[in-house]
Amino acid sequence: MAEGVRPRVRAPETAKAGETVVLRTLISHQMESGQRRDADGSLIPRSIINRFTCEFNGEMVIDVKMEPAISANPYFEFEAVIPEAGDLTFTWYDDDGDIYTDVASVAMA
Amino acid sequence: MEYTRREALALGIGAVVLTMLPMHAHAAADDAIAAFTGGADVTEGGVTLTAPELAENGASVPISVAAEGAVAILVVATGNPTPNVATFNFGPLSGASAASTRIRLAGTQDLIAVAKMADGSFARASANVMVTIGGCTG
Repeated sequence: MAEGVRPRVRAPETAKAGETVVLRTLISHQMESGQRRDADGSLIPRSIINRFTCEFNGEMVIDVKMEPAISANPYFEFEAVIPEAGDLTFTWYDDDGDIYTDVASVAMA
Repeated sequence: MEYTRREALALGIGAVVLTMLPMHAHAAADDAIAAFTGGADVTEGGVTLTAPELAENGASVPISVAAEGAVAILVVATGNPTPNVATFNFGPLSGASAASTRIRLAGTQDLIAVAKMADGSFARASANVMVTIGGCTG
């Protein structure tokens, strides 16, 4: 497991039915690109998060395929339609097979 | 100054390689776009790609993409060691086909965003970003 990985999500606690809300996510991860060399001149192997998804009650909001060109501590901002009360599930997929998730509940205003 | 035959040959080959390098970089980006579009025609416009004209730190360059009615947007950095940056796939609950993130750029180069529309057509936009310090190998 990559060390020190901590997902952070900013989502509204309440929304009106059908409202479009802005979501912001940040996850601490070094996103080693596989292009850098260490002090001995050997390549540091690639180790990145390669996919990020956001679902609301099981329905897809956004699915991002990520490449090494995404900066360290990947940040995403996007919009979602909230049709009803429920849970936003954020999932990050690491190269090493780890999966990180975070859940934000949205109530009806 | 006189050149030996060997030196002249080396110079000639060097010059040829130099002129081919930029074309080669763009070819990789074109391949990435072709893989996304399946070789379909791509029209200009209908996509918004927002990036700073000047980025001091190539390790973290904020960009935004938006395309009304897009189901997916591909972002390609033509001057990076691997041109693909990210593919945003928008689901049924996506509020707007728009997203922002931060990316790495190896140096001053063109960014290209290609959007796949719901009707299967493709549109593109590009932006040039000047980078002071490259962000891929540092």
